Amino acid sequence: MRFLNHTAGRLSRRRRGPLAGAMILVIGLVSAGFLFSAVTSPAQAEKTQTLDAQVEQGRQLYLVGCSSCHGLNGEGVLTINDKQLGPNLVGVGAAAVDFQVGTGRMPMAAPGVQAPDKPTVYSQEEIDAMAAYVASLGPGPAIPDESDYSVDGIEGDELEAAITRGGQIFLTNCTACHNFAGSGGAMPRGGWAPKIRDVEDKYIYEALLTGPQTMPTFSNGNLTPEEKRDVIAYINSLEDSTDYGGFTMGTLGTVPEGLFAWVVGIGGLVGFAVWIAAHTTRSTRTKGEA
Amino acid sequence: MTDLQHRHETDQAPEEPIANPGLPEHTWRPTDVDEAAERRAERQVAGMYLLSVVCVIAFTVVYFTTEVGENWDTFLGFGANTVGLGVFLGLALLLIGTGTIQWARKLMSDHEMVEMRHPARSSDEDREETLAALAAGTEDSGIARRPLIRNTLLGSLAMLGVPAVVLLRDLGPTPGQAAAADYPGAGLENTVWEAGMRVVRDVVGTPIRASDLEVGDLVNAEPEAVFPTEENGYPELSHGELHVATSKAAVIVVRMEPEDIIAGEGRENWDVDGIVCYSKICTHVGCPISLYERTTHHVLCPCHQSTFDLADSGRVVFGPAGRHLPQLPLAVDEEGYLVAQSDFTEPVGPTYWERDHKDIGDQGEADL
Repeated sequence: MRFLNHTAGRLSRRRRGPLAGAMILVIGLVSAGFLFSAVTSPAQAEKTQTLDAQVEQGRQLYLVGCSSCHGLNGEGVLTINDKQLGPNLVGVGAAAVDFQVGTGRMPMAAPGVQAPDKPTVYSQEEIDAMAAYVASLGPGPAIPDESDYSVDGIEGDELEAAITRGGQIFLTNCTACHNFAGSGGAMPRGGWAPKIRDVEDKYIYEALLTGPQTMPTFSNGNLTPEEKRDVIAYINSLEDSTDYGGFTMGTLGTVPEGLFAWVVGIGGLVGFAVWIAAHTTRSTRTKGEA
Repeated sequence: MTDLQHRHETDQAPEEPIANPGLPEHTWRPTDVDEAAERRAERQVAGMYLLSVVCVIAFTVVYFTTEVGENWDTFLGFGANTVGLGVFLGLALLLIGTGTIQWARKLMSDHEMVEMRHPARSSDEDREETLAALAAGTEDSGIARRPLIRNTLLGSLAMLGVPAVVLLRDLGPTPGQAAAADYPGAGLENTVWEAGMRVVRDVVGTPIRASDLEVGDLVNAEPEAVFPTEENGYPELSHGELHVATSKAAVIVVRMEPEDIIAGEGRENWDVDGIVCYSKICTHVGCPISLYERTTHHVLCPCHQSTFDLADSGRVVFGPAGRHLPQLPLAVDEEGYLVAQSDFTEPVGPTYWERDHKDIGDQGEADL
């Protein structure tokens, strides 16, 4: 301050005024601010402002819809038995919010083994706001861009190669839980791996990135974005494929197929045998009369 | 009991408690009394046989006209070839069957036939005769008088079981034979893993940088030796050797919070910042397992629901498996990629007779 006073003293008659130094400081800061806003683009400023507004909107929605389980600041909530009621959301990223809320898994209707997917209760704009708020809590995977998971750019042999590679990766990493045709399956203690055919590409990508519930994650250091795209291309090819062998019965595997064979197949044979052995129609006349 | 004996002794049917009402009067079928109905039934049977012929022709037509392979013809979203062949051959067989049944029900002879029951017991004369013949045979052979012959005969018959048991040896290489075979990772106790060998992703064969994995990641991995290239310098494996190597050396790599790991005795430095690596082969009957739950660190075998805790040295927490999942000690090389510190320190896969029966047991973790 003494230095500022000294400098100001050379420039102004009122240099000895008690507030001169402070005034200079204020003028300097204000002019620097104007200079900054003149140089930077107005759109950028507006975007920052809307991002802030979006985060604030997301926070409001979060406080109403999520905070009872995940805590007022996303820190998670423990029950009195030290069991996890809602996990910590710091660092789960926007992709996790977009997946969980976008597929209707969150908010959960009731605590349970696993969150089932159900109709979405929020609009995409509201989901984006909540995602922005949760992303502001700590760094995590962002909502993927369509170019990350779309195979629009490639075609022909290249697409075939991508689907084949995706199929091999799928059979190695995904079929253990999600079934050979992505029909889903049972997991320990009442859990289940959901069916992943007929799921939006974006949500498959987000699930791979964030590992919803007990699913392990397949981060970009684990499966590259291109490998993830190939897996999604393979799942799409499963959805479009013809059922060459006739009815697939949901491609659930040998148990329902065996059940069908025993109940419908054997049951049909038993019914047929009963029909064969049943009494034939009898006439009231005797042969002599005719 | 006395009643039964009495019955046997007298060998007479017991008195009927209710008088036998005899057979009801025979009633005739419409086809027996009405000639028009008879001709109609005849036409029905012949019609079914002819329809069967038509189905066989349709089957042949479908076989030669529908396209399979690269460009499948489809029918209602199904493969036209499969559905056509199945439907027409099935109908052809079914119509022959239903035609024959209709023939039997409507036109073939319809007379009730009765065959009365008779006692299952042989007559006393027959029984005595048989016993006498047996006694005479025993007496003639002298088997009761010559125990040496009887005992050696019994012994030689019993020894016939030995060739059957010895031939079981040919069902597969013994553990000793397998260990003596000369290729990398031969035998039940070894795999192709060795100190410094990189852990690579299955299918794609790319090495895994430790810093690229995030907490919660699961990688299905293989040793680099099963993806030989000029660059890594591993020798080409023959088809059979490659299959043996990949099936025995398959592993799963997971990353968890380092403080979640309860390291077993002597296993304190087997993980790399929470990255642990376990055999992918279930210790129960050898199914490949990778149903991993990120939140509990449990891996489940889909065959018989054996569950292993990867945070606790692969301890069995549920199911029929009798032995923990073998762990592969991990390290990083100078480029930061995951490598094995050594081969597995114990045989992977199901237990066999020659193995020791020690297990690492509980590391003190609370249950589920």
